[in-house]
Amino acid sequence: MSKPIVEVRNLTKQFGGFTAVNNISFEINEGEILGLLGPNGAGKTTTIHMLLGLITPSSGSIHMFGLDLAQHRETILQQVNFSSTYISMPFSLTVEENLKVIARLYSIQNIQRRIDDIIEKLEMGDIRSKLTRKLSSGQMSRLTLAKALMTEPKVLFLDEPTASLDPDIVNKIKGFLKEYQRTAGLSILYTSHNMREMEEMSNRIIFLQQGQIVAEGTADQIIQRYGQRDLEEVFLKLAREPKAK
Amino acid sequence: MNLGRIGGLLSRHLYLYKRSFARMLEIFYWPFLDLVVWGFITIYLKEAGVSLHGAVAFFLGALILWDVLFRAQQGVAVSFLEEMWARNLMNLFASPLTVGEYLASTMIMSVLKVTAVGSLMMMFAWAFYSYDMLKMGLSLFPFILNLVLSGWIIGVLTTSIIMRFGQQAEVLAWGLVFLFQPISCVFYPLDVLPPILQSIAWMIPPAHIFEGMRMVLVDGAMPVDHIFWATGLNLLFFAMVVAWFYHTFNICKDKGMLVRVGE
Repeated sequence: MSKPIVEVRNLTKQFGGFTAVNNISFEINEGEILGLLGPNGAGKTTTIHMLLGLITPSSGSIHMFGLDLAQHRETILQQVNFSSTYISMPFSLTVEENLKVIARLYSIQNIQRRIDDIIEKLEMGDIRSKLTRKLSSGQMSRLTLAKALMTEPKVLFLDEPTASLDPDIVNKIKGFLKEYQRTAGLSILYTSHNMREMEEMSNRIIFLQQGQIVAEGTADQIIQRYGQRDLEEVFLKLAREPKAK
Repeated sequence: MNLGRIGGLLSRHLYLYKRSFARMLEIFYWPFLDLVVWGFITIYLKEAGVSLHGAVAFFLGALILWDVLFRAQQGVAVSFLEEMWARNLMNLFASPLTVGEYLASTMIMSVLKVTAVGSLMMMFAWAFYSYDMLKMGLSLFPFILNLVLSGWIIGVLTTSIIMRFGQQAEVLAWGLVFLFQPISCVFYPLDVLPPILQSIAWMIPPAHIFEGMRMVLVDGAMPVDHIFWATGLNLLFFAMVVAWFYHTFNICKDKGMLVRVGE
């Protein structure tokens, strides 16, 4: 069995009197895609932000590569990256300029070679000199994915990377991610509201609701456990029955 | 401190300025207009027979050096605004970039702005009003360094307020520095202030800088005590404001504001 590369223990985040994430523990193994599922406001994005060191947990611990994120932020983040449909990149820079800046922030060697490589892999040759403000949403998604993969991370956090994209682009992105994950042995934490996509992409799924983990296992295990036909029905059942264990 | 990461962030701003006419205009347009207006005021005062020893040096020199402070502050604060407007803070602070490296890159950016604006204003002053500031020589150097440091202090303070309170506070990037202008005594000697304001003015580095600078510009004297006080106060306030920035940054991370700033 592969060893855990991300270990989250008793993680809690409170904003004033509101508990966004409530005492969750999970692991992501080397080379695994872990799906993080849950309705809006379940705490998925807050969890990812804590894993990226952008939000300080109220309690609990995050370890990656055996190191505590609170104490080894730089070393850990050097090997981690993220992408989301909802993030942006400086609009006044071209695609290639944005990638160059990111490459320097992650101290990448042979920047031009790495940029050429990722641009080719993600079929972005036609937009490499285009201003970021002129990109379509699909092109923007590819750019944020390129910025995440260019740094060759060992752990990747993908927060709804395919939301609001057309099926053709979704299909291409999913295919690329699966292939990249398989060849690079990447560990991925993946959130999506698309149940089919989640089943297809994830080795294991965690279902979050009101900040707590209410179900965990493979898609089949979760479907069986709740006696439903598919993940979407499980989602509806869990989302409509608060904290149904 | 990782110089590659500092350079990376710096290159992000240089790419932006290279392409943005509006941002280039900001560097050249306002300083040029300021210089034209104050230049004519100086000419008017001379022609009206107002007796003011070294009037040209007094106003034009002060204006150029005030702009050093202003641009140094802007270099820090506006660099943060650029990240906020581009919703790029997440990309930066989810990378290995440290807070110290972030601040260092904005400070280098401010030095670049100061160099560009300062050189240009000196050129304009020389071309239009025959005022050669470089004649003052190296004696002005410690004052310029102190003005840059003061600009960083106000810039870091402004940035921390914007980071904490978001877009509603962004006007401070242009406004906060002017709060210090009356007691910095840029265009008049400190003794024209009421006694209570004089006491306050002595506690801020720019007042020492401009008082001392006038002695250099008008009399050619080297006011060591003003340099000493300005440097000491600057170093003290710089340490305080950087500590304050780290504190605010941690508060923002705790409240989840770093991922929402600019929304």
